[in-house]
Amino acid sequence: MAFEIIGKPLPKIDALPKCTGETRYADDLQLPRMLYAKILRSPHAHARIRRIDVSRARALPGVYAVITGRDLPTRFGILPVSQDEEALCAEKVRFVGDPVAAVAATDEWIAEEALRLIDVEYELLPALLTLEEALRESSVRIHDYGDGPNIHKMISLEFGDVEEGFAQADYVREDIFFYAGSTHLPLEQHAAVAQYGPDGKLTLWSSTQTPHYVHRALAKVLGLPPSHIRVIATPVGGGFGGKSDPFSHEIVVAKLAMLTGRPVKITLTREEVFYVHRGRHPVLMWIKTGVRRDGTIMAMHVRSFLDGGAYGSYGVVTAYYTGALQTVTYKIPRYKFEGVRVFTNKPPCGPKRGHGTPQPRFALEVHLDKIAEDLELDPIEMRRRQIVEAPSLTVNWLRISSCGLRACIDRVVEASGFREKFRRLPFGHGVGFACSTYLSGAGLPIYWNDMPHSGVQIKIDRGGGVTVFCGSTDIGQGSDSILAYIVAEVLGILPEDIRVVTADTDLTPVDLGSYSSRVTVMTGNAAVEAAEKLRRLLFRAAAERLDVPEEQLMARARRIFDQADPERGLDFAEAAQLAEARFGTLGAVGSYKPPKSPGRYKGAGVGPSPSYSYSACVIQVRVDPETGFVQVEKVWIAHDVGRVINPRLVEGQIHGSVYMGLGEALMEEQTFRSRLGLHKAPSMLDYKSPTPLEMPEVECFLIETDDPNGPFGAKEAGQGPLLPVPPAVANAVYDAIGVRVDELPITPEKILKGLEDKARGGSGRVGPKSIPSLAWPEPIRVEPPPEWRDVPTRSS
Amino acid sequence: MLRLPPFQYFAPRSLDEALRILSDHGPEAQIVAGGTDLYPKMKRRQIQPRALVSVRRIPELSHIAWMAHDGVTLGAGVTLARVLACENLAIAYPALARACAGIAHPPIRSMGTIGGNLCIDTRCTYYDQTFFWREALGFCLKKGGTVCPVAPGGTRCWAVSSSDGAPVMIALGAQLRLIGPHGERTIAAEEFYRDDGIQYLAKAPEEILVEVRLPCREGWRSTYWKLRRRGAIDFPVLGIAVAVCMESGRCREARIVLGAVGSCPKRIREAEGILEGNPLEPDVIEAAARAVSRAIRPLENTDFLHLYRKKVASVFAQRALHELAGTPLTGGLSGT
Repeated sequence: MAFEIIGKPLPKIDALPKCTGETRYADDLQLPRMLYAKILRSPHAHARIRRIDVSRARALPGVYAVITGRDLPTRFGILPVSQDEEALCAEKVRFVGDPVAAVAATDEWIAEEALRLIDVEYELLPALLTLEEALRESSVRIHDYGDGPNIHKMISLEFGDVEEGFAQADYVREDIFFYAGSTHLPLEQHAAVAQYGPDGKLTLWSSTQTPHYVHRALAKVLGLPPSHIRVIATPVGGGFGGKSDPFSHEIVVAKLAMLTGRPVKITLTREEVFYVHRGRHPVLMWIKTGVRRDGTIMAMHVRSFLDGGAYGSYGVVTAYYTGALQTVTYKIPRYKFEGVRVFTNKPPCGPKRGHGTPQPRFALEVHLDKIAEDLELDPIEMRRRQIVEAPSLTVNWLRISSCGLRACIDRVVEASGFREKFRRLPFGHGVGFACSTYLSGAGLPIYWNDMPHSGVQIKIDRGGGVTVFCGSTDIGQGSDSILAYIVAEVLGILPEDIRVVTADTDLTPVDLGSYSSRVTVMTGNAAVEAAEKLRRLLFRAAAERLDVPEEQLMARARRIFDQADPERGLDFAEAAQLAEARFGTLGAVGSYKPPKSPGRYKGAGVGPSPSYSYSACVIQVRVDPETGFVQVEKVWIAHDVGRVINPRLVEGQIHGSVYMGLGEALMEEQTFRSRLGLHKAPSMLDYKSPTPLEMPEVECFLIETDDPNGPFGAKEAGQGPLLPVPPAVANAVYDAIGVRVDELPITPEKILKGLEDKARGGSGRVGPKSIPSLAWPEPIRVEPPPEWRDVPTRSS
Repeated sequence: MLRLPPFQYFAPRSLDEALRILSDHGPEAQIVAGGTDLYPKMKRRQIQPRALVSVRRIPELSHIAWMAHDGVTLGAGVTLARVLACENLAIAYPALARACAGIAHPPIRSMGTIGGNLCIDTRCTYYDQTFFWREALGFCLKKGGTVCPVAPGGTRCWAVSSSDGAPVMIALGAQLRLIGPHGERTIAAEEFYRDDGIQYLAKAPEEILVEVRLPCREGWRSTYWKLRRRGAIDFPVLGIAVAVCMESGRCREARIVLGAVGSCPKRIREAEGILEGNPLEPDVIEAAARAVSRAIRPLENTDFLHLYRKKVASVFAQRALHELAGTPLTGGLSGT
């Protein structure tokens, strides 16, 4: 099928305003009589609040309101199972940065001064700052709920009998890995403006990825009817998962606007963004795999320990994700997953690009490389031979609709010259390889309901202009543009004929938000449905006028015409007028809900997706053995995106993912001062994230598999390409210097430590040596799908 | 966002006027040139001057003047970008060009000045934080507290001299001209720094650094190697400036100065002694590099582990000396 718009490297529809500085972000909003809010945050990692006295702050001229936890007693949280956050802590603070009180004043200087006049008396509690401490010190409780003392969630799932699989294996290997926590570091700090009208209606503009969930949280905490709340997501200056929760500051400005009757704005400082966090969970992992002599996987057992920080956030889902997608890349006939998420007195972790899957992906891909080496197998062939089939069901009941991994592997292996380089480059130079999988949207919504995940509404005016309404939120990934391209393709017009209105809970149908790489697939499908409904009306009206059968008509280049005789046709606007005369006002809706997943066990809600993207990556590095510095020389990466809607946007997502993955592989890390729990580096200078100078050349290959569930066959591109990067770096470092750093980030210090250990006759491995012993619950035993029921057998 | 505290801003057009404003305001006044380090520090309330005296409009501070066979003088207000744009400077003083090219990033170099870099406040992971953070910590000796968290048992501040220019100026034998209310004086760059994280300059607050005089360095070779995690933005956590004067194949005179491993730049005289009188051959270089590493005692208050910085000091010293010997080592990645 030939496309007009799809597949073309068109500019983003918001490119010009962004480049010229005209885009209005949340912090750019100025309303008449607006006040400025500031939040007082806890300087202690764990403490009881004995007393708060705000009288001095209230008395300061220019201060309009001061609020504390008493004003906002209702708890909230993104997941229905973890409603553990308070907009302002009433009785207890759980990390340095936890919000305690807030003020609204005529300017930020006065607001800041007012914060210093709030007297808080704390009773210090022991701070639990590591996973091990939190598990050990069961007499100190960060929260009073969960699956055990300081244990937020424990998971144990077994698909088929893993022991049976291990018993049939020729070789079994166990490894332990650690993946450090990191933060999103969006350029735009979170900001929000609230306005409360005399009609009792509240409007919140916020830099959020999930206006719909913010809407729900506001209604719950403020006690307002949802119909009186309007949430508008402003253009987001970078999200990466860090703006996916409903946040304290959003609720606080809303409350302050209600109390003062004046608009109130808050913009977090960079330091506050580090405390608000919701970034990558630090995860300690243990993985055991049994294989045949030829590397065929017989059984796998994975354990993950997540250091969740002080609150639940998306953590239950994150914990499940650390065990969900291993089976979606390679055929794994028997699989067991045990996971635990622990509370600690640090900023709460949550979803960051890849959400819970980069950590186990790093573990899996390095682990497989070690197995290949142990068995003297080609690490590429070993993987390539056991790629999942499509369509198929995995052992944990995930449905794979398309898989282009084999093509991805072949492209990067060939382009990089991997086979000529691997184990053959001089000391200090190396290549590494890894594959990965990610989902194109979560199969289930965050709160249980049967409604669509995305809705699109389209209206056509008499001049031929088209307006598309959708709740989706453009966070820079280009979701507004995707809507325009898709509707333009279906209606046969151009993207510039389309106005896109998004992310406004009053004006647009619900879309669940920009998370889990769901937007292109879900809003795309909804947009196709709505646009096709309108096209039918236009065709019917045109068919009558032109006296051509409807099915013979085509829409292209702002015309509707007879395919057999293209001269015979109408302008799009003319057709629109005919259709309006014939059918009344032209509008249509479309909606999308992912296919039902066949998994029927507790925990089956995390992992299903309409489709899975695949990536393969080769990375070439140079390691300085005297300083331990790693220079990434080049990245070759292929991504199965199903269908390329705009190659420029897909490549942009891949470049961004590679950049972020390299940062996590080599330098990014959330570190805290012991005892105090103070973030060591809450600034863009001291938190080390790569600069453009560290960014290597990236060669992208886009693989199309025409997925049956995607709009025009498209799958995700925003997160998946990050996943193979850290393990490919680790494997390349090993190829370069023979040192296994099983702990991210791979810092110069760790490289030297490994080399020194090697020089002393050691293995050169750097990484965690043990995992905490934990009484895991009896696993939920899940019968695998029929195709996996046969016991895997030993190689003959 | 973090807001600047209120202050009065003066933009004098002459040195006399600047000196008068400085003496009028006494200790409440602070000199500002590019402001690239000062303003963020004011936002974090590390420094809260009531009056800022800008030296940007003072003509005596903006010259680059070559003196026949006698080196060059740089006005303290010359921007780092201008230093870099001057090819003759890079030819005569390669270490200076290297150091300036490694400072921060281009926009900062367009504002930041050579004088500002030489006077830059010492840095420490416990000090370069917001007011909120430092309050949560309980403050430190350098600002508002009574204990240095780096070495709690001691009585001094261990904040780190983080100027890329300072070790280079010492290695090149620069003289600094200062003008104060009681006249002017010229001191060697080496005498400009004090081994104290708080009183790190031998300059009175009311004195203005006016110019840097670099002596003619014909027959000398020089270089600068800088350790930091990223290729831009970061301050040095180890800087090595080396200058050697060669005479018939032997090192007649050497200067090796380390920055960012203590509260002031440090000359490593033992290493200089090892080089002097000898050809720059591998064993001589190695001995000198070992002496460099032995002589420093970095602490745990910058990026990277302190022992790592000590280790890399000898690696960089070797690389710098090999570079000057014309026998560059291959395989090295960092240190630009």
